[in-house]
Amino acid sequence: MAKRVGMEVGIAAAEAVGMCNIDMAAVYPITPQSHIAEHLSEIVADGRIDAEFVTVESEHTSISCVSGASATGARVYTATSSQGLLYMHEILPIVSAMRLPVVMGNANRAISGPINIWNDHSDIMPQRDAGWIVLFADNGQEVVDLTIQSFKIAEHKEVMLPICLNMDGFQLTHTVELIEFPDQKKVDKFLPPRKPLATLHPDNPVSMGTLGMPEIYAEARKSQDVALINSKQYILQIWDEWEKMFGRRYKPVETYRADDAEILMLTMGSMGETAELAVDQLREKGMSVGLVKLRLWRPFPFEELKAAVKNAKLLIVTDRAVSFGGSGGPVYIEVKAGLYHEKERPLIYNYIIGLGGRDVPVPCFVEMFEAAAQSAEKGIVKDYEYYGVRG
Amino acid sequence: MNIIENFELYAPRLIDKEEYFCSGHRACQGCGEALAIRLMCKALGPDTVVANGTGCMEVISSFYPTTAWNLPWIHLAFENAAAVGSGVEAGLKALRRKGKIPDRDVKAVAIAGDGGTMDIGMQSLSGAMERGHDLLYVCFDNEAYMNTGIQRSSGTPFGAATTTSPAGRASFGQKTWKKNVPEIMVAHNVPYVATASPSYPLDFMNKVKKARKVKGPSYIHCLSVCPTGWRSASNLTIKMGRLAVETGVFPLYEVEDGKYRITVEVDELRPVEDYLKHQGRFRHLTPDVIEMIQERVYQEYNKLLDKVNGLHAWSDLKFEGELFE
Amino acid sequence: MKKKKWPETWRTINPGCMVFDAGNARTYHTGSWKAERPEWDDSKCIKCGICYIFCPEGCITQDENGFFRADLNYCKGCGICAHECWPGAITMVEEG
Repeated sequence: MAKRVGMEVGIAAAEAVGMCNIDMAAVYPITPQSHIAEHLSEIVADGRIDAEFVTVESEHTSISCVSGASATGARVYTATSSQGLLYMHEILPIVSAMRLPVVMGNANRAISGPINIWNDHSDIMPQRDAGWIVLFADNGQEVVDLTIQSFKIAEHKEVMLPICLNMDGFQLTHTVELIEFPDQKKVDKFLPPRKPLATLHPDNPVSMGTLGMPEIYAEARKSQDVALINSKQYILQIWDEWEKMFGRRYKPVETYRADDAEILMLTMGSMGETAELAVDQLREKGMSVGLVKLRLWRPFPFEELKAAVKNAKLLIVTDRAVSFGGSGGPVYIEVKAGLYHEKERPLIYNYIIGLGGRDVPVPCFVEMFEAAAQSAEKGIVKDYEYYGVRG
Repeated sequence: MNIIENFELYAPRLIDKEEYFCSGHRACQGCGEALAIRLMCKALGPDTVVANGTGCMEVISSFYPTTAWNLPWIHLAFENAAAVGSGVEAGLKALRRKGKIPDRDVKAVAIAGDGGTMDIGMQSLSGAMERGHDLLYVCFDNEAYMNTGIQRSSGTPFGAATTTSPAGRASFGQKTWKKNVPEIMVAHNVPYVATASPSYPLDFMNKVKKARKVKGPSYIHCLSVCPTGWRSASNLTIKMGRLAVETGVFPLYEVEDGKYRITVEVDELRPVEDYLKHQGRFRHLTPDVIEMIQERVYQEYNKLLDKVNGLHAWSDLKFEGELFE
Repeated sequence: MKKKKWPETWRTINPGCMVFDAGNARTYHTGSWKAERPEWDDSKCIKCGICYIFCPEGCITQDENGFFRADLNYCKGCGICAHECWPGAITMVEEG
C-alpha cells in the first residue's frame, strides 16, 4: 500500500531511487545534493537494495563511471549540483550522443562566483544543449514520482536518452514535506528491468563511442535531435500510465487558474508553489491572473506552451539564471522564440529573480504581477530586468 | 639482439591466433602502440571489455561505421578511461551478482596514452586505483601527444624535441624529466604494477596475463615506439624498444605486492647514445646534454636496483611485536 | 547483419553511432599505403614466427606448410618483419 510520510525531500529522492532496482550508482558529494548521496549510500550499506555504490573522486568521474556501467546494461543513477554539474559538462553531451539512459538528480544551486551554495538555476542552464531530457520538480511528491518515471522514460527503447531531474537546492532538497510513497509492487510493475539495445559484453562485442567523420557527423547529430524531440510522445505515454496506476497527473506545462487569465506568469521549479499563493491573493482582489509552470525544459514543449498562453494579454516569464550579454534570461529567450510565429501572442516581460538563494516570498510575486500589469497597460515594451536588485 | 627472448618465440602456436584488434586499423606504418594493443588483446583473451581514452588508438580503430575491435569496446573522452573502466567493472559486477549476465569472469581493462594517463587522466586513474576496482589499466606511453601533432607531455623524455618543446638556439627541447607513473601506482598500494614493451612480446604478454588474474587494480606502463613522433624509421620500431631496455632508459620490471623484480635482465647497460642516435627528436642534442641524460639513467637505474634488492613483498612484512630496525 | 548503404542517413545511422559488427574494420584495406612489400625466401625461413608476432597490422599468417605470408590488402610496408627476421628470410621489395 502507498504510504504518506513526512520526509526531507533529498532523503525522499534517494528513497525513490531505492525503489527502482538500480544496479549501480556513483555519486560525489556537493551541497545541497549531499543528503541524496548520503542516504543512497545508506540504503546500499543497509542491504536494502543490491547495487554497487561507487564513491568517486569527482563529478567528472561520477558521470563517466555511471556511463561505463550503463553501457554494460546496468540501471544507473547519479546526482550533483552547481559546480559539480559544470564539472560534468564535458561528458554530458557524450552520454546523450551515446544514447545511454543515465538518470541524474540535480539539486539546483547557483554557480560561482562569488561562490554561493544556495538555490537558483544557473547550474542547469549552461547544460541546455547537452541533449539530455531535462525535467523540473515543484515539490517533494514530484521529486519522488519523477525520479521513478525518469528510469522508465530514459530506458524506453525509442528514447534511450539520459535524464536530468532538477529539484531546487535547499528550497526542496532540505525541506520536510508530506510525501506519498507508491507501493513497491506497483513500482516494480510500472518499471520492469532494463532491456538495453546493446551492452558491453563479450558474448556480443559492440563498439560504443566511435569516431564520426565529417561525412556522418551531421547525420548523427540530427538523429539525436530527432530522438530528443520524439521523446516527448513517450514521456506523455508514460505519464498517462503513471496516472492510471498512481492517480497523479503530470504534464509538460502545468497551469494554475490560467484558462481565463489575462495575465500569466511562467515559473520553473519550486517557486511555482509560492507564485500560486500570489495568484490566489490577486484573484481575490479581482485581478485576472494565472500561472504557467514549465515541467519539461528539454525537449521544450512548444505546442503545450502555445496552448497555455494563447488567450493571455501579458506573459511574465521568470528566470532564475542570467544569460550574460543576451536578450534576457534563458527561459524567456526560449519562450519568446517559441511564440514568435504566432499571430496572436501576448506581450512578454522577463524578471530575473531569486538568484543565489535570494528569497522571493508571496508579496514579491504580487508586486511583480502588479508592476507588470501597470507597465503593460501603458503599452510599454521592455526586455528583461532584475527584480528586487538594489540600485 | 636478445636471442633468448627470440627463442621463446619459436612457436607462434603458443600464442592465441585470434586477432582481437584486427587489420584495417589506420595506425601509422610501424606503430608500436598498435602492435602493443594487438599483443595485449591476445594475452587478455575474449572475456574482456576495453575502455579507451581518446587518443591515437581510439581514433585509428573506430572510424564509424567500422571498428577494429573484436572485443566489447567503449570510448567517452580523453581523461576518463579509468573512470569509464571502473564503471564498466562496477556494472558487470552488479549484473553478474544479480544474475542478469552469465556467471563468468569478464575483465575490465582501461587503456590510454601518456597524455590521457600521466597528465589529464591522472586524477581519474588515481581514483580508480585507490577505490580498488578489479580493473587493469594499461598506459601506452609514446612519450608525447602524438595524435594532436607531437606536443610534449609529462611522459616526454628530457631533451626530446616536440612541437611544444622545440629545440632552438635557446633551448635543447624538453627540460623536465619523465614523470614516473609506475612509482605513483606502487604508492597507491596497487598489487601488481609493471613496465612493458612490445619489443619483448612474451614478457609483455605474461605481465598482462598476470595482471588479468589480479582480483583488484593493476597497472602496466607500456613504452610504445612512435616512428612518426620520434622521427625514427618505421622498421626500427622493435629495435628502438629493445634499445630503450638495453640502455636502461626504460627498464622492464614488475612490482608484485611491493616486491620489485627486473624481468628482462641487462648484464651491462649500453650507452644511451645508442638509443638516442636513431631518433630525430634527439638529433640536436649536444654531448653535455647527452651526458646529463646518461647520468640520470644510471641514477634511476640504481634507484630501481636498490628497490629490487632492498624491498620485501608486503605479505612478508608481518608485524611481530617489533618494527624493523 | 544486413549491410547498409553508405553514407548512412540520419534515419539509418545506428543509435549512438554504435558499431554492432565487431572487427569490421577489415573491410578497410590499408594495403594501398605501402611503398614496399615484404617477400619471403622460404629456403631461409626457420618458421620461428617472429614476423607474425611483431606485425602491427596482424596481417601475417602461417600457411599449411608452416611458412609465413603477409596479407597485402593490409600490409602498410613498415618493414618491421624484414628488419626483425634474424635468419634474413624477408626482404622489402619496392611496389611496382
